[in-house]
Amino acid sequence: MAQADASLQLVPEVNPYTLRPLRKACLVGFALGVLLLAAVQTGAPYNVGWAGLILAIVSSLVYIFDLRHDGPPGIKNNGIMHSGALSRGAWGWFLGVFITGFYVIVYFYPSYVSRLIEMVDPLKIAVSGQPGVSRNEAGEITGHSQWFFYGFLYTLSILVMGVRAIMKYRHSRYQILRTISVMAAQLFLAFLIPDILMRLNEGRGWFAWANIWPLNFYGFEPWNLDNLWKNAGFIGRSAVVWAVASIILVTPVLTYFYGKRWYCSWVCGCGGLAETLGDPWRQNSDKSLRAWKIERWMIHLVLVLVVVTTGTLFLHYQFNILGDLGNTLKKWYGFLIMSVFAGVIGVGFYPIMGSRVWCRFGCPMAAVLGIIQRYFSRFRITTNGGQCISCGNCSTYCEMGIDVRYYAQRGENIVRASCVGCGVCSAVCPRGVLNLENGPVKGRFAV
Amino acid sequence: MEHVAIIGNGISGITVARYVRKLSDKRITVISAESRHFFSRTALMYIYMGHMKYEHTKPYEDWFWEKNRIDLIHDYVTEIDTESKRLTLRNGPAVDYDKLVIATGSKSNKFGWPGQDLDGVQGLYSLQDLELMEKNSRDVNHAVIIGGGLIGVEMSEMFHSRGIHTTFLIREPHFWGNIMRPEEGALIGRHLNGHGVELKCNTQLDHVIDDGNGRCRGVVTDQGEELACQFVGLTAGVHPNLDLVKNSAVETGRGVIVNEYLETNVPDVYSAGDCAEIRTNPDERGRVEQLWYTGRMQGEALARTICGERTRYDRGIWFNSAKFYDIEYHTYGVVWPEDREGETSMYWENEAGDKCMRFVFNQEDRCLIGMNAFGIRYRHQVFERWLADNRPLEYVLTHLSEANFDPEFFKHFEADMVDKYNQMNIGPKVTLAKKKKLLGIF
Repeated sequence: MAQADASLQLVPEVNPYTLRPLRKACLVGFALGVLLLAAVQTGAPYNVGWAGLILAIVSSLVYIFDLRHDGPPGIKNNGIMHSGALSRGAWGWFLGVFITGFYVIVYFYPSYVSRLIEMVDPLKIAVSGQPGVSRNEAGEITGHSQWFFYGFLYTLSILVMGVRAIMKYRHSRYQILRTISVMAAQLFLAFLIPDILMRLNEGRGWFAWANIWPLNFYGFEPWNLDNLWKNAGFIGRSAVVWAVASIILVTPVLTYFYGKRWYCSWVCGCGGLAETLGDPWRQNSDKSLRAWKIERWMIHLVLVLVVVTTGTLFLHYQFNILGDLGNTLKKWYGFLIMSVFAGVIGVGFYPIMGSRVWCRFGCPMAAVLGIIQRYFSRFRITTNGGQCISCGNCSTYCEMGIDVRYYAQRGENIVRASCVGCGVCSAVCPRGVLNLENGPVKGRFAV
Repeated sequence: MEHVAIIGNGISGITVARYVRKLSDKRITVISAESRHFFSRTALMYIYMGHMKYEHTKPYEDWFWEKNRIDLIHDYVTEIDTESKRLTLRNGPAVDYDKLVIATGSKSNKFGWPGQDLDGVQGLYSLQDLELMEKNSRDVNHAVIIGGGLIGVEMSEMFHSRGIHTTFLIREPHFWGNIMRPEEGALIGRHLNGHGVELKCNTQLDHVIDDGNGRCRGVVTDQGEELACQFVGLTAGVHPNLDLVKNSAVETGRGVIVNEYLETNVPDVYSAGDCAEIRTNPDERGRVEQLWYTGRMQGEALARTICGERTRYDRGIWFNSAKFYDIEYHTYGVVWPEDREGETSMYWENEAGDKCMRFVFNQEDRCLIGMNAFGIRYRHQVFERWLADNRPLEYVLTHLSEANFDPEFFKHFEADMVDKYNQMNIGPKVTLAKKKKLLGIF
């Protein structure tokens, strides 16, 4: 037998997977749609943009429905590691830079997408009753709020790519129901209901119902809660009650029974985007022990930061102490964590670091849920006896970078703070070894 | 410090190394010519299909070995001298050992077919085989696979993922006929057909056709049919790799002959895994177990013996698993290809014909002997307990829901199985016990 290893030619010289012509056409259609949207910004009429948007959506959906030709329902991860776009090749880096760049523009330089914001403004007015584009008395545009436009694209991505996730995992009812859940949570709870409620409430106070503090950092600011409580009527008071109850009551109870998945992979908007738009890149998460160590430091550090920041804001609001410290902390937390980390890096780095960069390394809500899941929960991933063949599919496709195989091959249950319960390890396991279960806390780590 | 040298870094050799480290402070060296680090052989197919890269198939990160003081040598052992307890390597310096473990694995079976050594004709066992397959399948649009078994179906799935059409030549009247019963074989056969795979049952290879340049261009079956193809997969089983051992003092038969303690005829020399032939009775043909699971269990037992706690290898209640394209297969206990004397069985299949169950039980006391599950996951520990406790079929069926291991929200078929059983009138009537659900949801 020859000296092997380094010289092994284990990857094909040419990618053996050729796209069906229909799928190529769909990719072209999608790119054309994006270009038409870009054209709007350079002065083309809004209708060109709508045409581009529809073209992009239709192209995506045709591509997605064509996936049924890949064979009967079942896991079909063929060619992922041969695809540059999906496994950190040139196209993967291009997409990473493109999404990151787009996020930087939308978050920090919305004037570069001003006409796109204007384009969707009629929709915003229809939903919330209020424009996102401000005008002076002469009717000239004086400013743009990008957040409806951003939410619109975000929701659209979850819906379209949610259809893809359902198509891809259609052999699993767990995956189908979970995907429908994140799609509905984003569309209704996160996107439509807050705006509709604000409209019913005549504009007095806005609240992100789907987000729970400490993820919902801005919503939990003392002036905002105070305003909602005092000036926003029944809906406002309900929002305040929910804001408090969601973290101190609902979160511990549901996490005790079902693990953090009830939120992270069934409801949360960040999780929703990761499970749909991010799904094609889930395998790019780092599985090394080193990454796990970094993860634990970072996520708990962010949790400390948000507790200190929110706490300082409350102390200042209530007792007028600590001066401007709270606002300074808020400014930096908002910029570095909420915008750069959760937004730009969290999504922009999908193609390079996998779909859960923010959820894994940053999200303070995930940290809270993780602590509860690790120490006070009935949830675990059960290993089915000694049947693991150490193949590595579970670890490879874990978006949270958990080395699932490490536990499975020992016949140990997987009880990890970071597990969001997406269920993909169980779906990709070729020997049916893994199962997400809720059971007695006693003996939950056991073989 | 005592030095344990292990030849072969597959699951058996590596399990010995890991457990010797857990149990002792001995010096450990693992020698392999195949790869520098341990990887999961069972995952070879996924590398070809692009589900994983080679590095994903390594169960431990590369620093693991140094941290656990397991020395790795990437070299080929050319000679074992059991007198001076010395291994000669092809490239590096010789290695002296105190205890030696032979875990050299298997080689693909070749039955002397004319043309079996042509280019484009190969088996699939090692990393090098995979590399060869990558080369050999570059311009292939049709592959013929000899032997309907587990490696064959993996090979077929690999080709299928790249749009290469495959045809099976199967000696038996149905798929995996030396293990599987006709109903199960038919179910898998239908599933393979659904993927566009062609099965030629009751058919064997006669010879491989040379294209004139030393490469295969087709096969001729024993029915005289000629099939054009550019690749021939030889997957009619494997046999112990004895290339190294047969010129040493270590006794061999079909494999390296060992007793139940995995000890060879030479003191301080042991063998485990695919290459070992276990003889409980010196006059009988021993058994060769070529499974990932048995390799691991043998490795564990052998490590104890090496560390002074002489342990008999006991494989316990038999189990195995596989996956045929989209259909998972589990078996617990013993299911022979047909009922043996005193055995009888119950077979259930869903309406769609892609899931099935078989329960084999004792005719007299009705105790469960074995089960096959296709397309439904069942708990290993629960069935192991039922088999160990000699539970009768009606008990198993009553409590079957407890053993279900399918993900949440999956459709359950236990009630249907119980109905079928009750209709068959083969024993006392059974009512399915309800599985307790928390808040009625999960």
